[in-house]
Amino acid sequence: MWRVATVVALRDETPTARTLTLDVPDWPGHFAGQHVDVRVTASDGYSAVRSYSIASAPDSQAQIELTIEQLPNGEVSPYLTQVVAPGDRLEVRGPIGGWFVWRTEQTEPVQLIAGGSGIVPLMAMIRSRASAGNKSQFRLLYSVREPGAIFYRDELQTLSHDKYSVGVTYAYTRKSPKDSPRPPGRIDAALIANATWPSALTPTCYVCGPTSFVESATDLVSASGIERDKIRTERFGSTGERK
Amino acid sequence: MTSLASNYLDGNAAAGELSRIFTMDLTAAEGQCAHCGARKRFADAHVYMQSPGVVARCAVCQHVLLRLVSVRQRVFLDLRGVTYLCLDTDHVQPSV
Repeated sequence: MWRVATVVALRDETPTARTLTLDVPDWPGHFAGQHVDVRVTASDGYSAVRSYSIASAPDSQAQIELTIEQLPNGEVSPYLTQVVAPGDRLEVRGPIGGWFVWRTEQTEPVQLIAGGSGIVPLMAMIRSRASAGNKSQFRLLYSVREPGAIFYRDELQTLSHDKYSVGVTYAYTRKSPKDSPRPPGRIDAALIANATWPSALTPTCYVCGPTSFVESATDLVSASGIERDKIRTERFGSTGERK
Repeated sequence: MTSLASNYLDGNAAAGELSRIFTMDLTAAEGQCAHCGARKRFADAHVYMQSPGVVARCAVCQHVLLRLVSVRQRVFLDLRGVTYLCLDTDHVQPSV
């Protein structure tokens, strides 16, 4: 079922990513990790559908936030990140998905692994945990091209200094800050060993990013001793072209 | 041209289209591949969406599990690659 949502606020996260706050009448609520389909229709009737993860924690208002990265040569994301203005309307279907979710009743340690904008549904989990006062142990390993490409940097900084903190490790793939303990590079077994929960804690792992990132990160986590059925994955890419 | 090997998404990406047909979420459902017998969550299936419809393949043996094609006002669903689906009725939406 498609609902007509109204854009109520915009916030830039990076030079290429923007958060849209949508007011969605009759929104039924959502779990952290779920996504929505967004349908945009041109004046000639041509329409396109894309999936975007919800970035916000469930709240009592009928509002959700989506953080959208502008894809080079994208058909929909340049419109959503550059053109859409408050007051504009979009069609939204969801919330969607019941597997790649974290619920506030969960108490086991959680390992989050993000590649690029794969941080978005994981941020919803971090925010949901904070707003629920849930004290389960959370760690985030966030692979990002360079410091300027980090989403939610200040908020992550604040949350990592909380009493029940989220342990945050950045893995830079192209350019790292001077004080970074590790040269730029992809996530490897040594980083998994140092920056993620040991398998003895039997954490639930959530891995989100482009398909190639998810495959390699999942293989590394699995090789570290974590059972495959404790690893939940969500892949995205520019292959979701639909009309 | 990207190779077939990395040009897929997963069952999560197909869930919106499948919600047109199924009232329950399929991503958390366990399904058995009719070809290799692997039992996996539908979220783990490899999904190809750049075709005219949606094709889901077994993450273990790559055989087709499901095809979904919309043609004008009709939707075709082919589930021959799935022996069974087990859905958890506890997976309900929250009400905020």
